[in-house]
Amino acid sequence: MSTVLDPKIPAGPLKDKWDTYKNGIKLVNPANKRKHTVLVVGTGLAGGSAAATLAELGYHVKSFCIQDSPRRAHSIAAQGGINAAKNYPNDGDTVWRLFYDTIKGGDYRSREANVHRLAQVSNNIIDQCVAQGVPFAREYGGLLDNRSFGGAQVSRTFYARGQTGQQLLLGAYQAMSRQIGKGNIEMFARQEMLDLVVVDGKARGIITRNLVTGEYERHFADAVLLCTGGYGNVYYLSTNAKNSNVAAAWRCHKRGAYFANPCFTQIHPTCIPVSGDYQSKLTLMSESLRNDGRVWVPKQVGDTRKPLDIPEDERDYYLERRYPSFGNLVPRDVASRNAKLATDEGRGVGETKLAVYLDFADSIKRLGRDVIEARYGNLFEMYERITGDDPYKMPMRIFPAVHYTMGGLWVDYELQSNVPGLFVLGEANFSDHGANRLGASALMQGLADGYFVIPYTLGNYIASNSFDKLTGLEAEFAEAEQSAKSRIEKVLSIKGTKTVTEYHRELGRIMWDEVGMSRTTDGLKKAINDITALREDFWQNVLVPGEPTTFNKNLEFALRVADFLELGELMARDALEREESCGGHFREEHQTPEGEARRDDDGFTHVSAWEFGENGHQLHKEKLDFDNVQLTTRSYK
Amino acid sequence: MNITLKVWRQAGPKAKGGFETYVVPEANPHMSFLELLDVLNEQLIKEGKEPVEFDHDCREGICGSCGVVIDGQAHGPQQRTACCQLHMRHYKDGDSIVIEPWRAEGFPIIKDLVVDRTSFDRIIAAGGYISANTGAAQDANSLPIAKADADLAMDFAACIGCGACVAACPNASASLFTAAKIAQLSLLPQGDPERKSRAIAMVDQMEQEGFGDCSNHTECEAVCPKGISVSAITKMRREYMKAVIG
Repeated sequence: MSTVLDPKIPAGPLKDKWDTYKNGIKLVNPANKRKHTVLVVGTGLAGGSAAATLAELGYHVKSFCIQDSPRRAHSIAAQGGINAAKNYPNDGDTVWRLFYDTIKGGDYRSREANVHRLAQVSNNIIDQCVAQGVPFAREYGGLLDNRSFGGAQVSRTFYARGQTGQQLLLGAYQAMSRQIGKGNIEMFARQEMLDLVVVDGKARGIITRNLVTGEYERHFADAVLLCTGGYGNVYYLSTNAKNSNVAAAWRCHKRGAYFANPCFTQIHPTCIPVSGDYQSKLTLMSESLRNDGRVWVPKQVGDTRKPLDIPEDERDYYLERRYPSFGNLVPRDVASRNAKLATDEGRGVGETKLAVYLDFADSIKRLGRDVIEARYGNLFEMYERITGDDPYKMPMRIFPAVHYTMGGLWVDYELQSNVPGLFVLGEANFSDHGANRLGASALMQGLADGYFVIPYTLGNYIASNSFDKLTGLEAEFAEAEQSAKSRIEKVLSIKGTKTVTEYHRELGRIMWDEVGMSRTTDGLKKAINDITALREDFWQNVLVPGEPTTFNKNLEFALRVADFLELGELMARDALEREESCGGHFREEHQTPEGEARRDDDGFTHVSAWEFGENGHQLHKEKLDFDNVQLTTRSYK
Repeated sequence: MNITLKVWRQAGPKAKGGFETYVVPEANPHMSFLELLDVLNEQLIKEGKEPVEFDHDCREGICGSCGVVIDGQAHGPQQRTACCQLHMRHYKDGDSIVIEPWRAEGFPIIKDLVVDRTSFDRIIAAGGYISANTGAAQDANSLPIAKADADLAMDFAACIGCGACVAACPNASASLFTAAKIAQLSLLPQGDPERKSRAIAMVDQMEQEGFGDCSNHTECEAVCPKGISVSAITKMRREYMKAVIG
């Protein structure tokens, strides 16, 4: 039966909620913390910062990652920056404004209380990172530099060249390493979580597979923190790292955790276009490029001239034309959809016709090549390395690509899922970005959750509950391990004719065509049928080589793709159920005569949280209350 | 493009390895080097053979997962480029390419081209951090840092921990990796209180992991995909000497 979910938001005025919460929680005695083991799965910004902080507090932490080192989590690839409401530039920023921009940017589909807390702790994050030695960009006076990012009206983005994610992650990794050196964190690298173990209704452990030896391990604890990132790779091609996957979150979902707003995905407008079938991933070009680049396509359909041969009056700078006040700086979802419209009309450029131009000629003329090189040199170099074209001379070709998933496991204000003891942090949860994420806010959320939220909410959970002593020999552990083992044996035994990559690529094609930038009732129904058929075929005909007892990357991928084949269907169902357009979710049936998104606030101001059942998914709703902001139609005209 | 690959195959850490030769008949100049290996692996799987194992993740040159020796050069022929960003347009039809794993005592082989680099993590855990518990930090702008120092610290902090420096060094020394972190943290005032203990602990750990000494070949700088300067090593030596003597 469908229920209404309680997010457990503290009472009182918005700005006092977090303090009210902290004042009311139970604390764990310092001497007792070491008696409590916490499992932290994933070592990105959320997992790394959580593991380090909890170990500093005295908890016994076990940390897991699938890579060979915790330093390689995909947070490392974030380029642009991290937001905070420091207002160092004195340009009018406040905690309220950062909160409001994030709520509005998310098209009013996120939770006010969580987003406000995020804005509140944003400043502590910058302080913490500087204390750790993160080399943020500085002014000549020695103080921190800020830039405007993603169309924000204030300069609130802190950055470390084009490698902000790398530097923040290394900060968290080093804080973790310090605790590993002290013996407070036990690190398990090259270990993949295959299942969640629930004992007496509480999350009490995980089953992992050692990716080098194939051995299964049982880990038990008083709480499990899932910090395993997003599921963008369901589209096969995305800007995510190749190993990024939904498996750990999906296993938790199948053990009872609700999956919220799975259809909310972010398609980033400025990526290097696909060049051929062999393509394995897409590379993002930071959206800071839109500060100085102008987006255009030829006015004429089927114009095959080289860009420099197309005269000015035969070019359509479509973002500047349609959105005169924001121009090239419209939010990501708007920029992406307009690129799709241009290519759908047959005005795409390049060999595949699935690209638009991002042109720096005017900026180079106005500011000089040196200035452009200082701002974007590393990005231009990366573009040239990948495409072989020189963007100082030729406009870049760009196209949207899947970048981030706003949906994720449902959590309450304490970041706890509906399974007690299972906490979900960072991109893996759904809570802060609504239907569209603003630039430079993913890093902020990951670190907010790990450094400043979970130390309080986890403590409250541990102090409020009692925990039976476990040995790992309980029936629940044996059952979970056996189910993981059987699944692996099954996938290896099929020995069919199609490779894992072939299935993944096919799934990605369906998702991109029907559950991508623009969605329709017919397309989504078709996607559900096609994915179901593909999944059935996978379990009949997949070919996975090698043994279960050795290093076997193909086996790892096979299990992850099997989960994507289930998730994809749920995403299509969620998109079908949400009869409105909001943020990154654009339903063609719901648009204004000018082709802009039309929300249905009466029908859909809620979180859709899906419960797994053997006979299909059940939808639960969490009503979103906006007591502090007025719901408006986003307009960038 | 028709490309011939001679690839190091080794079933496990203790197994005897050797080169196998494969032909990829349909390579494309726009492919990345790792995409060429993907195509080879699809071919091998279809033939009922085991694919070549190699580490990779972001494929944007930042995570540091990938790294193989290509025709004797760590990460291949293009300077300042991790092999995930090396593209086949640098090769021509009919070329033959030799691919090997990193070879160093500190990086034991796990399988094929995959090596164990956890020694790097242990070097960082020995002291490659600033001790700053969460919540204890003062306002970020209360500590001005000269832009030149911050920029130089960032140059050293850019290390991706791939291990190419070790693979290229005739002594299999991890000096550039270790020094990059010591140099970064010694340039920042926040790193000052622990600078002595850090230099000693990290250098000691590096030696315990079985890496060789540095004898100034500077091959490490030449292959580093992030262009980390060997001036880091000079800095590390100075930090170490000051810590030991002073």
